[in-house]
Amino acid sequence: MDIVGNVLPQVLKDEATEDKGEMARLQSFVGAIAVADLVKTTLGPKGMDKILKPTGPGQEMTHITVTNDGATILKSMYVENPAAKILIEISKTQDEEVGDGTTTVAVLAGELLREGEKLIQKRIHPQHVIAGWRIARDVALKRLRDISSENDINSQEFHDDLVKIARTTLSSKLITSDRDYFADLCVNAVLRLKGSSNLDYIQIIKLPGGTIRDSYLDDGFILKKQITIGCKRRIENAKILVANTAMDYDKIKIYGTKVKVNSMDKVAEIEAAEKEKMKHKVDKILKYQPTVFVNRQLIYNYPEQLLADSGITVIEHADFEGMERVAAATGAEILSTFDAPERAAQVLGHCDLIEEIMIGEEKMIKFSGCKKNEACTIVLRGASTHILDEVDRSIHDALCVLITTVKNKRVVWGGGNSEMQMAAACEEEAKKVQGKQAFAIEAFARALRQIPTIICDNGGYDSAELIQNFKVELQKGNQNCGLNMTDGTIGSMSELGVKECLRVKEQALMAASEAAELIMRVDDIVKCAPRKRERA
Amino acid sequence: MSLAFDDYGRPYIILRDQGQKKRMKGLEAYKSNILAAKAVANTLQSSLGPKGMDKMLVSPDGDVAVTNDGATIVEKMEIQHPTAKLLVELSQSQDAEIGDGTTGVVVLAGKLLEQALTLLDKGIHPLKISDGFDRACDVAIKHLESIAEEIDIQANDHEALIQAACTALGSKVVSKRKRELGKIAVTAVLDVADLKRKDVNLDLIKIQTKTGGSVEDTRLISGILIDKDMSHPQMQKEVTDAKICLLTCPFEPPKPKTKHNINISNAEDYKKLYQQEQQYFIDMVKLVKDSGANIALCQWGFDDEANHLLLQNDLPAVRWVSGTDVELIAMATGARIIPRFQEITPEKLGKAGSIKEVQFGTSNERMLVIENCQCTKAVTILIRGGSQMIVDEAKRSIHDAICVIRNLIKDNRIVYGGGSAELACALQVLQYADEVSSVEQYAVRSFADALEGIPNCLADNCGLNPITSVAQAKSRQLTEKNPRIGIDCMELGTSDMKEQKIYETLSSKKQQIQLATQVVKMILKIDDVIAPDDY
Repeated sequence: MDIVGNVLPQVLKDEATEDKGEMARLQSFVGAIAVADLVKTTLGPKGMDKILKPTGPGQEMTHITVTNDGATILKSMYVENPAAKILIEISKTQDEEVGDGTTTVAVLAGELLREGEKLIQKRIHPQHVIAGWRIARDVALKRLRDISSENDINSQEFHDDLVKIARTTLSSKLITSDRDYFADLCVNAVLRLKGSSNLDYIQIIKLPGGTIRDSYLDDGFILKKQITIGCKRRIENAKILVANTAMDYDKIKIYGTKVKVNSMDKVAEIEAAEKEKMKHKVDKILKYQPTVFVNRQLIYNYPEQLLADSGITVIEHADFEGMERVAAATGAEILSTFDAPERAAQVLGHCDLIEEIMIGEEKMIKFSGCKKNEACTIVLRGASTHILDEVDRSIHDALCVLITTVKNKRVVWGGGNSEMQMAAACEEEAKKVQGKQAFAIEAFARALRQIPTIICDNGGYDSAELIQNFKVELQKGNQNCGLNMTDGTIGSMSELGVKECLRVKEQALMAASEAAELIMRVDDIVKCAPRKRERA
Repeated sequence: MSLAFDDYGRPYIILRDQGQKKRMKGLEAYKSNILAAKAVANTLQSSLGPKGMDKMLVSPDGDVAVTNDGATIVEKMEIQHPTAKLLVELSQSQDAEIGDGTTGVVVLAGKLLEQALTLLDKGIHPLKISDGFDRACDVAIKHLESIAEEIDIQANDHEALIQAACTALGSKVVSKRKRELGKIAVTAVLDVADLKRKDVNLDLIKIQTKTGGSVEDTRLISGILIDKDMSHPQMQKEVTDAKICLLTCPFEPPKPKTKHNINISNAEDYKKLYQQEQQYFIDMVKLVKDSGANIALCQWGFDDEANHLLLQNDLPAVRWVSGTDVELIAMATGARIIPRFQEITPEKLGKAGSIKEVQFGTSNERMLVIENCQCTKAVTILIRGGSQMIVDEAKRSIHDAICVIRNLIKDNRIVYGGGSAELACALQVLQYADEVSSVEQYAVRSFADALEGIPNCLADNCGLNPITSVAQAKSRQLTEKNPRIGIDCMELGTSDMKEQKIYETLSSKKQQIQLATQVVKMILKIDDVIAPDDY
């Protein structure tokens, strides 16, 4: 019914709803802010973790996750609210693009909307708010780039920067007490890549047992597979043939073939032919003169025995990813046909030593001294799988940030320094702008300042006091001051060595403001009738 | 539906299941239809103009889309009401024909229906109303043509085209970067346009999206971008002076479509078959290699062995290239699509300057770029953005801008935006109204009112006082005899849309008024709705 009391005809489907104007806006603000509040407590070095418990029946549903990683938390949540979904989406993109700052981006977007809501209540039109935010974003971005510094990629300073960045990233994670150890480990791993951004070369193996401290970086490549029984366990100067071929029996690929025989003799004949075919294949492989044969697919006993007899070490069933890594690390070509032994030198991979090693209780194969020395393996140890999973996520974050830094090279001070600087820049700008956009610019500054405030709050410090002191320090011209979260004071970030990657901050700022703008522009939410699902 | 009874109390059954059907007729039907259609127009109304708001649409599966594009909104609303569906089609036909102005056309239809409602209340017959609207429409179109101006699209580095693209992008979420995106769209269209024939084949512009980065990172790639990588991880990642073999047959043993059985009854046959199979692969690769090709793009999959043979022969290859991409590549590189290996000949190969693999972000996603194609200059616009929703919306916005530019190349007459064209038409129609001596006069006058509704709505969305600003603009148009006075939505201090450089194509405006009038006429002709009761 409309206001006058006329009955309006129903336009949408039965269960569909439409919210307009204030109602729509309220709905999206509430949703987005709720999501931001949820992850907000994980922010900063003193942030807390969350337990994620899957719903639904079944054994696998009892596996819980303990994490502090924003993207992981948001990804696993099931939300109904469309605005909340947008926040989750940007967090995911942040994860894919730079790998870290996933919490920050959601929190910043949430805080922007919280400020936006206040402005709307003051009767400022959303389009004016957006106009102000756009000015503020440009100013903040400019300041962010101005305060960043760059070091030569080969210098010692750059190396130190990397270690500091890794430490900063890791300090908010579970392994914060061992962050120096892991920071070195990550930096060494990333530096091996020599500027390439292919994370595939860094393999992470998780093995429960021991303590976190027992984790180490291995300069070789470790394959979580076993050498087939009856083969040599240690091969020096190995020539490796990496293959993706059927070694069980060769299926006939021509469609519609059928074996039809009329006597037992014929069966034997065919069997012999089959064997011969396999033998033939093995012979062809032998012509390449490898000392190690790695196959992606299953290897039946017969060819396995043939190969082992020729003194070749056989590794079967290497998963696809592992195989690609072996190929990449040893410089081998992945073969599926074996008709060109003259190219052997080209297609065979090489490494100095292959041996079976024991990590904890598990046997693994280690390839060391590979042709391409970029590959390495991080072996993680820890008391439980939950811890290992979380350490894995933390290390992944750190590696992503480091790779981004190696590409981008520019760094900024951490400890909330960049946010406070950006906020200050916005406030200066607000004084110059005419019209009501200025309110929105101020709001943007407040939202930015919320990030260090939340970090303080999470650490249990008096955020109001600290942030004010922080402002004053900056005003005094102390460009590298920041939050000292161990003592709850304002300290010098260059002394504490807290640095962050510019690219991460940039991406977080851009993505958060884009998302907030997107949500702000909405004045109508139409929800279609949910699709009916039949229960199986 | 109520039943009629004969003298003996037996009901007349005319329709099947008559008791369960609902019937509306006469005025009741008119009003119900108009209200339903208006409900849709009302939803779109706040999206009109540079300061229009967006709509958030949640699909039946819970996916979220945020958009400002009229056609997309009405499509995703999943409207059920039959009359309201007419408006959905209205918006979509504007989208298909022109590509821009999809919101405006629905809003105009809504305004016309609103006027029709008051006329119905006055007791004017619906057909008279639609006749009046029809006559008014003709007058408006004629006037529109007389005030249209031709612009030189080439002057000043295609400045006019960029401005028109900016007008189209101005109302979208990407409006901050409208100048950059406008330029990208103009360059893209000009690259593929055939200026002599005044035609643009929009198929040659591929819009590829990729989340990550921000809208600023959106780029124009003078080539084709396909979201695929080389079939074997160790194939070379870059091919210069590429000779492309475009295949639509898989690198697999043949599979005849007729059912057949090959029976093997002895070991000889078994061996023979094996050899034959091996030979297939060797032959296939040899045929490709012999033709002089140095890269193969295939619509289908590869067998492992074939894949390796390709690698061994230094022949990079890409599998599972989508059908549309295959056609695009064929057009751009001059390659013939080859359906059988036996038919590969050197002259059927396409040529391109280079083909290389590029990588984005930390996740290892790779794409292929084909640059400097031999024949036409197919281009790709790679859209980036913070989230899937922004990227999707940017894609729709760029599509709108591209359509506008295409329309301008086809027909370089423009009218000015900001509601000025509608106001000018309204004034003309109003003048004409007094010359009509029959009942239609009222309808014609109402048509003028409805046209005025557009600037009204624009002003409203921009936070201006709609009645004052429209009245001002109207009086200035009359006193200054300047049809370019509109609503100053961006608060730039001038109401002359020529100075503000708000261009809209004549074809789009004409189409809007014609289509809206047509749909309204159609709705006004419905006087009886019979539907199942639970509807």
